[in-house]
Amino acid sequence: MIRWRAARLVKVRDENPTARTLVFDVPGWPGHLPGQHVDVKLTAEDGYTARRSYSLASPDGVELTVQRVNDGEVSPYLTQHMEPGDELELRGPVGGWFVWRPAVPAPVLLVAGGAGIVPLMAMIRARRAAQVETPFRLVHALRSPEQLYYADELLRPDPAVAVTLAYTRSAPEGHQRSPGRLTADDFSPYVPADCYVCGPTGFVEAAAALLVELGHDPARIKTERFGPSGD
Amino acid sequence: MATFTRGFHGKRRGGDDRLPPGQYLTDDFPVLSAGPTPQILPSEWEFTVETETGQVHRRSWQELMALPSETPTVDIHCVTTWSKLDTTWQGVSLDVLLEDVETAAEYALVHSYGGYTTNLPLEDLLDGKAWIAYRYDGEELHPQHGGPARLLVPHLYFWKSAKWVRGLQLLNEDSPGFWETAGYNNYGDPWREQRYADD
Amino acid sequence: MSADYLDGNALAGPLAEIFTTDVSAAVGRCASCGLTGPVASLRVYGPAPGLVARCPGCNEVMLRLVRSPDAAWLDLCGTACLRIPMESAEGNSP
Repeated sequence: MIRWRAARLVKVRDENPTARTLVFDVPGWPGHLPGQHVDVKLTAEDGYTARRSYSLASPDGVELTVQRVNDGEVSPYLTQHMEPGDELELRGPVGGWFVWRPAVPAPVLLVAGGAGIVPLMAMIRARRAAQVETPFRLVHALRSPEQLYYADELLRPDPAVAVTLAYTRSAPEGHQRSPGRLTADDFSPYVPADCYVCGPTGFVEAAAALLVELGHDPARIKTERFGPSGD
Repeated sequence: MATFTRGFHGKRRGGDDRLPPGQYLTDDFPVLSAGPTPQILPSEWEFTVETETGQVHRRSWQELMALPSETPTVDIHCVTTWSKLDTTWQGVSLDVLLEDVETAAEYALVHSYGGYTTNLPLEDLLDGKAWIAYRYDGEELHPQHGGPARLLVPHLYFWKSAKWVRGLQLLNEDSPGFWETAGYNNYGDPWREQRYADD
Repeated sequence: MSADYLDGNALAGPLAEIFTTDVSAAVGRCASCGLTGPVASLRVYGPAPGLVARCPGCNEVMLRLVRSPDAAWLDLCGTACLRIPMESAEGNSP
């Protein structure tokens, strides 16, 4: 039976100027699969509560990466004010569909739009940790270099996980690809794969349509969207 | 036993005596919806009133604009606990729209473009308590807030103020609407905190 | 039409309060148009006043969920059938 558990913040890590990873200690946490998410609940002293869902960023432990939305209600608190030792409530893990299981050998294509990288990063980390040969490919659309999370891990060359960073507005100097939306070229060569697409609703619609156009089997494309209130 | 989150205040505040129980003030105008936002052009918009005997009264956008309008300033209360004070609207009173309608019905079922419905006693639409509103805060009503026109019934929780309104069905028997058939209160008085069916 | 919805993955937490298995991974059939697919692929509006999940094919309502402090209201009249994956019983190979 799922229930709310108290979670204590133990560590924070800034990913970029507007996003932060929060590591929580959650007594009795049952473990989770990469791709799953949690619901969090914040209660103010006057009893006012706010709830949000966040993807788990790591296959081990409870790590959330939160993008600050400037006029948001919860994300400014989580990214700027919450300090180690502070508590919130959390329940999960939830979501058994948008998950990668290390025992499945099929090649994997991950497509992330902006903060949609978070659950896919949990899959990449699980792939690196597992002793498996599964080919992994990440195509990550993001506005500009400042938007990148997990820079150390994504910029490090790794034969097991091919990474394409597709900057849509501005690319770092010397980047091979010129800035612009995702196109068929970003996905070549075509390899049939289990596809995971995560990002804002509009991005997911467009990227999933592009994958189908390229020949991917719609039944093997899993999507997860987050909306404007995902703050 | 709740865990309080130190330093978290949210964007809302309580403590105003114009706030019904359990409500918090907001300066935003949150958008809540149960489906895609219909895009209705005024030229295709119409408002129909169907009485319990099957008589149908129709008004086009042009006809609505020709009716005398009012500019109510009201407090609105959403069942999700936000309230907004002194909101300003322009619209036509339901007293005007129902003036030439012959009816003995006691209930109304409000219909919207997109399929949404909500029910209330007909008397809650009369005597200066409700409007078909087409301007908010001095501007045309935005589609995400129900434009081109929405029902405005500020004395009840705001889900009764149906967005994208397209008509009223006047009924002898009450007929619960979209949220009223899914756990929300049949009447929805914020001052009696009638949020859920069993409140 | 605007892209103001989430998807059925967002139902996982609220439904996990009610069911012991993960209903977001179930496959459902739309009572209106017959389209069959995972609950996770539905278009979800909400979470407030309630969660409304619509068929991605015809946009009709397939599921509604309202939660008060002491009750949940679940309406599945738009869902013709759900296939819910279950752990196979011990010693029962697939």
